[in-house]
Amino acid sequence: MRIKKNPVLRTRRPLLPPGARSRAAHLLAAAAGQGRFDLPCCTGCGRFAWPMPELCAACLSEVALKPAPTGATVISATTAEVPADSYFRERAPWRVGLVQMDCGPQAVVHLGPDCAPGDKVALSLMLDRAGQAVLFAAKKGQAMTADPQWHEMTANPRDRRVLITDARHVAALPLACALAKAGAAAILVGVPEDWKPLPTREAFAAIPGVSLLPLDVISDRSVEDLARDIGGKVEILINTADLPRPGGLGAPAAAAEARQAMEVVAFGLMRLARVFGPAMAGRGADGDKGAVAWVNVASVFGRVHAPGLAGYGAAHAAALAYGQALRADLAQGGVRLMTVLSGPTEDDWFQTFPQPKVGGSALANAIVSGLMKGLEEVVVGDLARDLLDRLAENPKAVERELAQGRF
Amino acid sequence: MARQGYDGVVLAAPVTVPYARFSTRPAQWWVGKALAALAEASGIAHRDFDGFSLASFSMAPDSAIGLTQHFGLSPRFLDFLPLGGVAGVASIRRAARIVQAGDADVVACIAADTNAPQSFRQSLENFSRFSQDAVYPYGAGGPNVSFALIAQAYMAETGLTRADIGQLAVAQRANALKNPNALMKKPLSLDEYLNSRPIAPPIHLFDCVMPCAGAEGFLVMREETAKAQGLPFVRLTAAIERHNGYPDDPVMLRGGWQRDVADLWAMAGVAPGTVDLVQTYDDYPVISAMQLADLGFCTAKGLPEFLNSHDFTTTGDLPHNTSGGQLSAGQAGCAGGHIGLVENIRQLTGTAGARQVKGARRALAMGFGMINFDRGLGSGAVVLEAA
Repeated sequence: MRIKKNPVLRTRRPLLPPGARSRAAHLLAAAAGQGRFDLPCCTGCGRFAWPMPELCAACLSEVALKPAPTGATVISATTAEVPADSYFRERAPWRVGLVQMDCGPQAVVHLGPDCAPGDKVALSLMLDRAGQAVLFAAKKGQAMTADPQWHEMTANPRDRRVLITDARHVAALPLACALAKAGAAAILVGVPEDWKPLPTREAFAAIPGVSLLPLDVISDRSVEDLARDIGGKVEILINTADLPRPGGLGAPAAAAEARQAMEVVAFGLMRLARVFGPAMAGRGADGDKGAVAWVNVASVFGRVHAPGLAGYGAAHAAALAYGQALRADLAQGGVRLMTVLSGPTEDDWFQTFPQPKVGGSALANAIVSGLMKGLEEVVVGDLARDLLDRLAENPKAVERELAQGRF
Repeated sequence: MARQGYDGVVLAAPVTVPYARFSTRPAQWWVGKALAALAEASGIAHRDFDGFSLASFSMAPDSAIGLTQHFGLSPRFLDFLPLGGVAGVASIRRAARIVQAGDADVVACIAADTNAPQSFRQSLENFSRFSQDAVYPYGAGGPNVSFALIAQAYMAETGLTRADIGQLAVAQRANALKNPNALMKKPLSLDEYLNSRPIAPPIHLFDCVMPCAGAEGFLVMREETAKAQGLPFVRLTAAIERHNGYPDDPVMLRGGWQRDVADLWAMAGVAPGTVDLVQTYDDYPVISAMQLADLGFCTAKGLPEFLNSHDFTTTGDLPHNTSGGQLSAGQAGCAGGHIGLVENIRQLTGTAGARQVKGARRALAMGFGMINFDRGLGSGAVVLEAA
């Protein structure tokens, strides 16, 4: 149950944990943001290393990230009662441990509750409020959502107010359901072109905590009006605004549709970011239910450019680029930007696309799960994952394959 | 190859620029004051020091070379050692060989750091790459948490309790009360030590040093130079130095001293622990205890009994950190690695004033530096003998 804030009290300004890292250590942020447990490992002798070195201390070979076993044993544990750093000082006592990893190195870690020397723990790489990768150790299977240290690194919707920007998105209704189930305090859902019928209106109304509000992301006025009403009351914003219009450059309506897609997907995000971004960043430390995450539901075609989706892909590519700017702004308040890269959804506009397609529920569940884990990038759907793997492995091959319509 | 002795190498002119909790002066000023103090104590003009060895954390953007022009030195041996608490030992080892070989005649060894209210935090942020990547982001910035993790493991291993370790802190405070330059002026009881505020258990407030501004210095030269100047001096008889001594230990349950301890006592030509006084590197008294075990005063498991069966005050049977050490005199940055060496020169030249240990002939001082990630990397020790 969300307790109303005393409006007279000062809103705590966001402080961040130390964010400086060596260049090499930023590799860990990619792994942490995707929920992978990768550690630096020697390409010569195969030894794992920690902290991130430039070369292997045993044989001076190059080091690269590699999936690592998560097991570790606590060597010692303490509680920082009076940390030197202000972020930790205002969150003290803070549990810190020294662990012996099963794969070799020792590490200083954020320590879960009730972990004593000798205890077996499982490690994970998390992104902290500075958006940087850190190690977290907790007993295997331990329920972590109530732990304040874990809470700092994740974006649990429980007791938070969530804005879904487009009720017409295929994932919007399942998302509202999933958020209600996760304990969201309020679920505000924007309805574009409110005068048009919304077939799911009744289904939305049946979900406890849901309110439908008019919101057209293509209109400055509409976005600003809504921000004036609720800008300071949104802790998680999930931007589902989309305009799937398949078609290549030669399609009869290509120019008009591309312009429209840009208005919704790219400039819509920009409009939202300009007003909701600063409001959320400013509330990044507003109690333990302060603003915590912004989710952009994007298309994988924003990164893997298919000729058959020229305008749509370009709009999503533009949105991804805007996302980088938004991430930098939100980061100042410790608020996370999570990018969801989805394959074609079970949407009328993707009707002719081959299976497998992404259902609204799958997308919704991936979003809530990503928030609970504090991720920065979530890929949804087998096709999206496959395309990104292929892109990483051999970009020219993907380009040629997509040119031939081979998804 | 057997190590050559330090025959003919002596240390003289122990000086301390009185510590201040905070200073508006930069580290360069503290170096200059130390040079002036060395010149005054030795009767040798600072321009005639032909060797200059400087240890500091807060000298940026200068290193030692810039200070030669700043203070009018023209040395033919120049050393800069930002090695933390092992810099004192390292500076002696280098300077000793330099004067022994005649590459220089008089080396001024100085450690100086300044301290402003924000400077401790700033130096934490920029301490080391591993600390930046893998310690500071965990709320463990500043050595308190790191040493809490080490202390907990060491106490579990040895059976040491806080009450055992407190014996050292309490005796040091008694010693500090006889040192007019010590920043701590009030007596400390074992109860006060035990009941002090927890910082990162088992580390409590009185386990922690107080960062301050200050400088320590001494001269290294050949015996004939000291005699020609009519300077009281002490002889360097043994020294060891080691960095990252036990890279494969999962947690620091011993320091690099253990690797070289036999070498030290063999070089000094005495049985382990046969000294009249000892200065440990006391940035946490639990680490002082570890040094006593590593240097052969007792076994690690014998520490609880050892600490409770000796009197560590200046009039006791094993005077320890007789100036009050860093715990009670203050930690002037890198000078924390010099404070024990300077104190030993004072004690062995009979110039320690109210805290003079009677009949002190042989003294041991340790250096310990740089908790880069999970352990202190540098370890060193020096045995000095009265002339």
